[in-house]
Amino acid sequence: MAQKAIREYDAKSILAKHWDKYFPDFTYSYETVLVTSGAELLEAAKEKPWLKEKPLVAKPDMLFGKRGKNGLVLFKDQKPGDVSLEKAAAWIDEKSKEDVEVYFSFDGDTPTGEPKVDRLTHFIVEPFTPHDQSEEYYISATCVGDEDVLYMSAEGGMEVEEGWDEKVTEVAFPITATEEEIAEKIKANIPADVKEEDKENFAKFAIGFFKAYRELNFAYLEINPFVMQGSKIELLDMVAKLDDTAGFMMVEEWGDVEYPTAFGMEAKSPEVEAIEEADAKTGASLKLTLLKPEARIWTMVAGGGASVVYADTIADFAGIEDLANYGEYSGGPTTGETKFYAETILDLMTREKDPKGRDKILIIGGAIANFTDVAKTFTGIIQAFEEYADKMKDVGIKIYVRRGGPNYEKGLKDIKEAADRLGLEIHVYGPETHVTDIVRMALEEK
Amino acid sequence: MGKLFTRDTQAIFWNNNKTAIQRMLDYDYTIKRETPSVAAIVAPTSGNKFEKFFWGGDEIMIPLYKSTAEAKAAQPQADVLLNFASFRTAYDVTMEALNIGGFKTIMITAEGIPERLARGMNAYARELGVVVIGPATVGAIAPGAFKIANIGGTIENIINSKLHRAGSCGLVTRSGGLFNELSNIIAINADGIAEGVAIGGDRFVGSVFIDNLLRMQENPDVKYMILLGEVGGTEEYKVIEAVKSGKITKPIIAWCIGTIAKYYDSGVQFGHAGASANAERETAEAKNKAMAEAGIHVPATFNDLPAKIKEVYEGLKAEGVISEIEEPEINIVPKVRRPKQFICTISDDRGEEATYAGFPISSVATPDTGKGIGDVISLLWFKKQYPKWATDFIETVIKTVADHGPAVSGAHNAKVTARAGKSVVESLVTGLLTIGPRFGGAIDGAAKYFKYADDNNLSPKEFLSYMKKEGVPIPGIGHRIKSLKNPDLRVTGLMNYAAEHFPSTPLLDYARTVEALTTSKKENLILNVDGTIGILMVDMWRALGYSEEDINEFIESGTLNAFFIVGRSIGFIGHVLDEKRLAMPMYRHPMDDILYDVKKAEKID
Repeated sequence: MAQKAIREYDAKSILAKHWDKYFPDFTYSYETVLVTSGAELLEAAKEKPWLKEKPLVAKPDMLFGKRGKNGLVLFKDQKPGDVSLEKAAAWIDEKSKEDVEVYFSFDGDTPTGEPKVDRLTHFIVEPFTPHDQSEEYYISATCVGDEDVLYMSAEGGMEVEEGWDEKVTEVAFPITATEEEIAEKIKANIPADVKEEDKENFAKFAIGFFKAYRELNFAYLEINPFVMQGSKIELLDMVAKLDDTAGFMMVEEWGDVEYPTAFGMEAKSPEVEAIEEADAKTGASLKLTLLKPEARIWTMVAGGGASVVYADTIADFAGIEDLANYGEYSGGPTTGETKFYAETILDLMTREKDPKGRDKILIIGGAIANFTDVAKTFTGIIQAFEEYADKMKDVGIKIYVRRGGPNYEKGLKDIKEAADRLGLEIHVYGPETHVTDIVRMALEEK
Repeated sequence: MGKLFTRDTQAIFWNNNKTAIQRMLDYDYTIKRETPSVAAIVAPTSGNKFEKFFWGGDEIMIPLYKSTAEAKAAQPQADVLLNFASFRTAYDVTMEALNIGGFKTIMITAEGIPERLARGMNAYARELGVVVIGPATVGAIAPGAFKIANIGGTIENIINSKLHRAGSCGLVTRSGGLFNELSNIIAINADGIAEGVAIGGDRFVGSVFIDNLLRMQENPDVKYMILLGEVGGTEEYKVIEAVKSGKITKPIIAWCIGTIAKYYDSGVQFGHAGASANAERETAEAKNKAMAEAGIHVPATFNDLPAKIKEVYEGLKAEGVISEIEEPEINIVPKVRRPKQFICTISDDRGEEATYAGFPISSVATPDTGKGIGDVISLLWFKKQYPKWATDFIETVIKTVADHGPAVSGAHNAKVTARAGKSVVESLVTGLLTIGPRFGGAIDGAAKYFKYADDNNLSPKEFLSYMKKEGVPIPGIGHRIKSLKNPDLRVTGLMNYAAEHFPSTPLLDYARTVEALTTSKKENLILNVDGTIGILMVDMWRALGYSEEDINEFIESGTLNAFFIVGRSIGFIGHVLDEKRLAMPMYRHPMDDILYDVKKAEKID
């Protein structure tokens, strides 16, 4: 996926790094730290005296919002604005001690839906900024359809989320819009409710913000709220996604940025991480998602489109209860890469028997390849069979193969021979069989 | 109208992707195209001028260029750019091509171009009316006319899937792998496709479903269309609008893959980067339902798609919209092919009569043809028919340099060898081997240095000081005895000829100003015959329209010395035959003509 969420801390750091370029008329103190424990915070205070000098605000920085409603923003000990360094450190340790429940949606202040349960690991700590509600503003930008849209509001925080339609001004720009056109249109569309004395500054800030969004290759950028006190800006809360395909051009601009897993998402299994690592190193494409590792149907499908069609068809015939994984290999992977991919799947598949005692099913599918050498990739799969044949027989696996493309006759013949030699049950089909028909055959057979 | 490609379409292929290009040429050969579909290859880091490819069992050469601009200038008829640059450079390559202009279609294969760049590139192309296919695509095909790179896969699969001749379906997919699969399904259940495009898997692609379907609506070969969409995005709704508004009237069969996505939250990415549903109406199910409601033929599942295609096709056939296709004859690409070891681009002895650059020998040999040795040289050395003033000049040069007496070192060597009892050829090559930087080589040198000075607008004075710094005497300047007052009549003859027959002589004019300066220092520092020939050759080539680069290459490869070699061979052979006739004995140099100064060798420990 091209758009990746980053931490609030990283988003602020990127803006701070380029602040003078985009916001020459404003100042931003960039007083913020990211820590994983109270001890780390105390350590950081040695370098950053403001942590000792100012009252603090602490909150988790783990890609989820509604932190206030979930009771996860520390801004008061006895009264608002009195949080000391020690208090913040103790709070962080307490909150990261055990799993917490986080609700992602609320009706008023009442949580709705199921909470996600996970451990809090990253916290952002900043000075408490006393300000008036009327100094809070909202701004964000993203791409909708083919256009970039800038959203602005005179009200920030919860207010804007709950009254989106009435309170937000949207301005859309084609990709080809020039800086002059953008500036003019933003100036003409400053929300009417922005205080009269702030209007000019708001426009300047919005123009810089949108320019930063474009030039720094953000896919999504939101500050909600920011506080504007004359030429002084505070970024109270930020959400950002980067277009990671631009990473190779943005090495300098983004600095050392991390793409964390979302809170509540199961941590990626080591197998999935290994495949991701292999994928990053090759010009080919290797993808693996584990859906239900205990399920009995596993797929090893070549091609992005074909993999979807197989998943669709399995869902149609068997339902998703039986589907263990989703993934694909494509773009002409080498024999070694295919072997690694196949071994990973066979390893996962042979860890446990089907609880109901049925045979497991391995679908080695694919459309008619354009340029991938079928015999070469199948050689990798055969090598993996050789490694895992005993385990496969132990668990009980039926293999269904369907593939076409360059050298497919040899590939199909080789895999059939190898499976027969190894004593594995295999059914092999070529382009004369409809691409997904092996799913039907596999499921019809008793 | 409305066709993406024809049988005459030619492409410039950016990146020397030999397998993909060979696949295109095999396709061309199979469908009996007259010209190769790849006119040029852009290979910025290659030092080669061409790449060899098979054309059936034969081989052809496709020219290589360093940049898109050069390739387009040399092959202006090629109006398709196949951009096979990596995701890092694909944007720059596309933008450069758009700015050069003259491209109707640009296909981009790279996956993962930064989104903002992809959007900018696509918008710019749209503004210029250029069709962009991709990024992240395997391409497009107009069966029987033109095929991009790897689309369709192997030639066997292409024939099995009837992609070698036009059928009646217009096919648009996102996925490249499924494009192939659908071509096969369409070949089995209907009569193949008339035009097909895989639009690409990235979130932002250039031409989208509706662009391609609207063009196919205008293409009379397309009788019905098949659209294979994906979960995510709203592009299918534009198609629905076009059907509802009557902009598209041809039948459409459509299916969106990714119906499984509804079972999982958005954390699971199914398929391509473009495939992620952000809202209910972007799900595959919602789109399939909306398309069916608009009257588009939508099967119950992907597994039922073949039956739906058959049904629509048979219906159109019964109505008489589609008629039976006559299967064309095709060439069969040989299974075993061997690359050729040698290449010849100047003459050919395979036909009735051997030819010089396409001209039978008899058409240039006898006097009644009006052709001389200058014409033969222009054909065999330059593969061009030079005008008479140029071939006459070449002959003048050859005649002028044919001999310069027995004392010059080359002639002397030839004579000594002949007297040792060696044959004509042995004696001749001994003489020829003497030709080099000091003997005869001044022609090359004069052309090179005077051209350098002229190209860089050096004044005669600057030129002299430049040569002084280089530490070489100016080649082509100076004569043993001749001077301005006592001119070399060979030089006078060449200059007079040039003055009368050359369209212009800019380099000679410049050389004369240099000569004016050198002779003011010393009488005999005149432009000599070697210098005059080298300089006038450059003027000749300039007048014939060669680029400065071409001329530099002639000089670098030693073409100028070649004129001297041909001419002087005549003289050498004369001297050798003279020796044979005179039956002179073995030559031994008189000892009193040698200074003997031999010391006893010191021992080194």
